[in-house]
Amino acid sequence: MNAHTPLLADSSPTDLARAPHGLGVHVARLGHSFGAKRVLERIELDIPAGQFVAIVGKSGCGKSTLLRLVAGLDTPSTGRIDFDGPRDAAATRIMFQEPRLLPWERVLANVEVGLPASVKGEERHRRARAILAEVGLADRADDWPSVLSGGQRQRVALARALASGPRLLAFDEPLGALDALTRIEMQGLVERIWQQQRFTALFVTHDVSEALALADRVVLIDAGHVALDLAVELPRPRRRGSAELAALEGRILDTLFSS
Amino acid sequence: MSLVERGARLSAAIAGARHARPRDARRQHARPAATRLAVLEARLAGWVLPALLVVLWEYLSRIGVIAPNVLPAPSAIAQAGWAALKSGELLRNMWVSTLRAFAGLFVGGVIGLAFGIANGLSELSRRYTDTTLQMIRNVPHLALIPLVILWFGIDEEAKLFLVALGVFFPIYINTLHGVRTVDPQLIEMGRVYGMSPLTLFRRVILPGALPSIFVGLRFALGIMWLTLIVAETIAASSGLGYMAMQAREFLLVDVVVLAILIYALLGKLADVLTRWLEERCLQWHPAFQARRD
Ligand SMILES: Nc1ncnc2c1ncn2[C@@H]1O[C@H](COP(=O)(O)OP(=O)(O)O)[C@@H](O)[C@H]1O
Ligand SMILES: [Mg+2]
Repeated sequence: MNAHTPLLADSSPTDLARAPHGLGVHVARLGHSFGAKRVLERIELDIPAGQFVAIVGKSGCGKSTLLRLVAGLDTPSTGRIDFDGPRDAAATRIMFQEPRLLPWERVLANVEVGLPASVKGEERHRRARAILAEVGLADRADDWPSVLSGGQRQRVALARALASGPRLLAFDEPLGALDALTRIEMQGLVERIWQQQRFTALFVTHDVSEALALADRVVLIDAGHVALDLAVELPRPRRRGSAELAALEGRILDTLFSS
Repeated sequence: MSLVERGARLSAAIAGARHARPRDARRQHARPAATRLAVLEARLAGWVLPALLVVLWEYLSRIGVIAPNVLPAPSAIAQAGWAALKSGELLRNMWVSTLRAFAGLFVGGVIGLAFGIANGLSELSRRYTDTTLQMIRNVPHLALIPLVILWFGIDEEAKLFLVALGVFFPIYINTLHGVRTVDPQLIEMGRVYGMSPLTLFRRVILPGALPSIFVGLRFALGIMWLTLIVAETIAASSGLGYMAMQAREFLLVDVVVLAILIYALLGKLADVLTRWLEERCLQWHPAFQARRD
């Protein structure tokens, strides 16, 4: 597993300097409303560089809203979000629940969508191929997205998100639509790539056990606030169904349903 | 809007028809003779009935059941075709008609495409122009023929104007529909991944609207030939329609039928051309992937 070569080992020095470092995120007094409807009240969250944070909560509690604000897709109604250092366009990437691949472009071209415009010509193909190999789809570069399975499409989307060597990667339930076995496989892939690249990961999921399998820290959102902020200090790779994980899962679910 | 719905249904029907066709033909050319024969049979099956009908028609004409001044025998039409071909008159008229058809398609199509894209992208542009365009749409364009003759006489402009007007609407409406129904999630993805407005249009919006634009093109082709036939029949001094009208004056029924058949042939040709274009442009579409093995 760990014998894999680093993803961007043969990239230019600037990418090397940037890629392995996560981006620290500081969310202070963050609130957000849609019209009269207040979705987030007051979120406080400090995420150190390179941490893997899972965000859980009931459906409609504002997880996606929070993620979109942090990723810069929307601007918050109140409060602020600060980053440790500059946050240029390619430094933050988001992966959606749907793969959102361009059906009219082949897999390789779809991955190239994620590359910064500064990468030109042949180099684009080379890099996209390298990243595609990393997610295990090297042989599908010339296929149309429509012939791939759901899990494979989501892997292409992951490759596209990774292509620019982001320092912050936001996941919005990226595995939510996959079957159980493909999910477990994808969780392994996400964990492995995060360990190699050390970007800051913000991972929204409705599956508490998934959050516990992957994250350094699980944040529970409820009624517009952080209801629980739980460090998961268990060694990786974590064994599914272990007593420690079960105990943590119990705590999270208790908090979730006691409110 | 019913045109859009019909368009959607048509494209579904096209896709369906493609699936239904025996397309194993291409794949099996290396198979044994028996299978090859079966493939040949599958290919030719559609032509058996027309061939039989022509034979029957010829037979009925020869024994005098069909009078030659009502419907000439296929052989007589072929002879008329050969004569017209030799004199160069047929090719010249075909060329004139084809040129007119495609010039009109080009002018009307480009304008339709431009308005469709502009109104699909810009709320402002749509607010100001869509109502007007929809109002004009309700005037049957062939009803304008008398007015058009008054304006342009029977010159080329008359035909160009009518064909362009006729093809404008299907292309406009289907382009508008296509642009407006591009998956918003893909557009958001493009923005998030830093595409410039131009790149977003080129890589996301235009390809997304293309299947719908093709539906519009198919409608437009039908309207194009229809408009041209009517216009050439009423107001022209060359072209296939004119050839047919001249022949009528001299009671040359065989030439009239010939002109009708050639219109059908040209229509079919335009259809084949679109299909070829569609196959090249929509390779990614699952409906077309089944074709290529
Ligand atoms: N663009 C929007 N306009 C209006 N309301 C929205 C919008 N996006 C989300 N909401 C509302 O905000 C709430 C939180 O949504 P969301 O963040 O998507 O929840 P979650 O991802 O936790 O399921 C929901 O009640 C939803 O209806
Ligand atoms: Mg959500």
